[in-house]
Amino acid sequence: MDMKVSKKKLGLKEKYQHMTRGLGWETTYQSMDEVFPYAKYEGIKIHDWDKWEDPFRLTMDAYWKYQAEKERKLYAIIDAYAQNNGHLSVTDARYINAIKLFLNGISPLEYMAHRGFAHAGRQFPGVGPRVACLMQSLDEIRHAQTQIHSLSNYNKYYNGFHEYRHMLERVWYLSVPRSFFDDAYTAGPFEFMVAIGFSFEYVLTNLLFVPFVSGAAYNGDMGTMTFGFSAQSDEARHMTLGLEVIKFILEQDPDNLPIVQQWIDKWTWRGYRVLTLVGMMMDYMLPKRIMSWKEAWEVYFEENGGALFKDLARYGIRPPKWLDQIEQDKDHISHQAWATFYNYAAACNFHTWIPTDDELDWLSQKYPNSFDKYYRPRLEHWREEAKKGNRFYNKTLPMLCQTCQIPMIFTEPGDPTQICYREVDYKDNKYHFCSDGCKEIFEHEPEKYIQAWLPVHQIYQGNCFNEGVDPTAEGFDPLAAVLDYYHLNFGRDNLDFDGSEDQKNFEAWRGMATKNT
Amino acid sequence: MGVAAIKEYAFESADRLENFHGNQLLYIGWDKHLLFCAPFCLPMPPAMRFGDIIDKVLPGVFGYHPDFAKIDWSKVMWLKSGQPWQADFNKTLAELGLKHKDVLRFQTPGLDGIKGSAS
Repeated sequence: MDMKVSKKKLGLKEKYQHMTRGLGWETTYQSMDEVFPYAKYEGIKIHDWDKWEDPFRLTMDAYWKYQAEKERKLYAIIDAYAQNNGHLSVTDARYINAIKLFLNGISPLEYMAHRGFAHAGRQFPGVGPRVACLMQSLDEIRHAQTQIHSLSNYNKYYNGFHEYRHMLERVWYLSVPRSFFDDAYTAGPFEFMVAIGFSFEYVLTNLLFVPFVSGAAYNGDMGTMTFGFSAQSDEARHMTLGLEVIKFILEQDPDNLPIVQQWIDKWTWRGYRVLTLVGMMMDYMLPKRIMSWKEAWEVYFEENGGALFKDLARYGIRPPKWLDQIEQDKDHISHQAWATFYNYAAACNFHTWIPTDDELDWLSQKYPNSFDKYYRPRLEHWREEAKKGNRFYNKTLPMLCQTCQIPMIFTEPGDPTQICYREVDYKDNKYHFCSDGCKEIFEHEPEKYIQAWLPVHQIYQGNCFNEGVDPTAEGFDPLAAVLDYYHLNFGRDNLDFDGSEDQKNFEAWRGMATKNT
Repeated sequence: MGVAAIKEYAFESADRLENFHGNQLLYIGWDKHLLFCAPFCLPMPPAMRFGDIIDKVLPGVFGYHPDFAKIDWSKVMWLKSGQPWQADFNKTLAELGLKHKDVLRFQTPGLDGIKGSAS
């Protein structure tokens, strides 16, 4: 008797084809140009979207299963860490300031990346990159959520974690990472992919994640370490996507080369400037150091990045501009950044301090060309003054760079004693920059950057006080009014670590956990 | 090309003069004194006498530094946008031709920061 044979299941390859490429079509009710209005204005020419090679042949159903499994593992560990008072096993309470910096400065960028990839995915006419962007968009929101969840445990016990969302759009130093991402997000879909997908995820991401995740591991913070590992397999996919984007665009049309090169120059520099915060974290904020910023730069950028750009040379891509300056700067920027947060510790939502003698010696050893000559005398002077009850709190607002929005703290290439000043006159106004890189980025698109929301100028325009506050009233205290606007609690979230509530609580709680008093 | 955009894209500067309630911004940096991490941004009325900035404003800004009390203001060298500039303490900012967002640097030879480290 003949049995009807049921149709064979689809093979993986066929299934993948149907569930990704099979989902796209040429629109007829509306023209493709109207449905995808951002696809051409950046000047990138794409002739055949089907040439896109999917780096990972992943379908949405497989994606959900895979991510759900990782979530289960992650939350089991986060719960165990919270229930066992894991926060008391970190090296010392100064470490917690490193993760304040992460939650306030980096996690919101994960959320912005989610929005950016969703936007880019919507705007690409090709199905391959749209599916890849969709998955990365979901990854990014997952990263934001898992980071917020694991760090919320610290918010129960320590100051400075409580208003990261509110602070992102207000606090002076947070305008640096925020404006970086706003710049990428407000660009077209191709620039966004080169900015975030390639320059940040591919070229610079190791310099962000390795220091924080290894820093967490070295300092006994299993919660933070675990979300880092949970994100790691996603990062591998993101890096591959970033590289595929570059190769695809360059192979489509020779006219794309100069546009892409300008984006690589711009976004490597922009990303490098944001990483100043990471350099400072590595050299000053981890009680148990992993490696110096300079060493990390040499391994993850000079060696790995060098090989990458050799590989890209066949497309006509050269290494990013200003690398010679970065090479000289690696001896300096982490020290210049820590000095900045030490200066403005009254307006900051994490604590700063002078390194211990051991730590000063470590810095001397890691930075033989610069630390003893330029930075140690400064730190020792501040330490002496603090001992006399004269801890330095800089109360005058600094001059900012129009592009990266970092205070003008960086020095001339080749002269660490001289602040680097650059300026441009544009339509009756003067604009100032910390470097040739930031100046050239401005000159390429001045209309974009003249709108920058520079925290210092906004304060002086009166835009950083709560409603109803009268700056002309007698006895008006501008710093207090600005901190109110930031939702920053004076005396708890800010000032020196020494004498802080965090320091006292940690000591008391650890004492209760380890002694019988 | 000012910017790559899908339609006309023109905005006013967020920091134009009229947004500062009658003040103009003046940036001041003290060379070789990087204990102050960056130059400063000060909102000042154009009718302010330059000498009043030196006498009344700068002590609150730079006074923490042990070198500040040792400055001989008659010997200080000034730069505006990196070029030598002649200060006149009796003139106002407007009379000196200082415009919104101009940047001044001053140099104090012989005073080179904490232990000569430019700090």
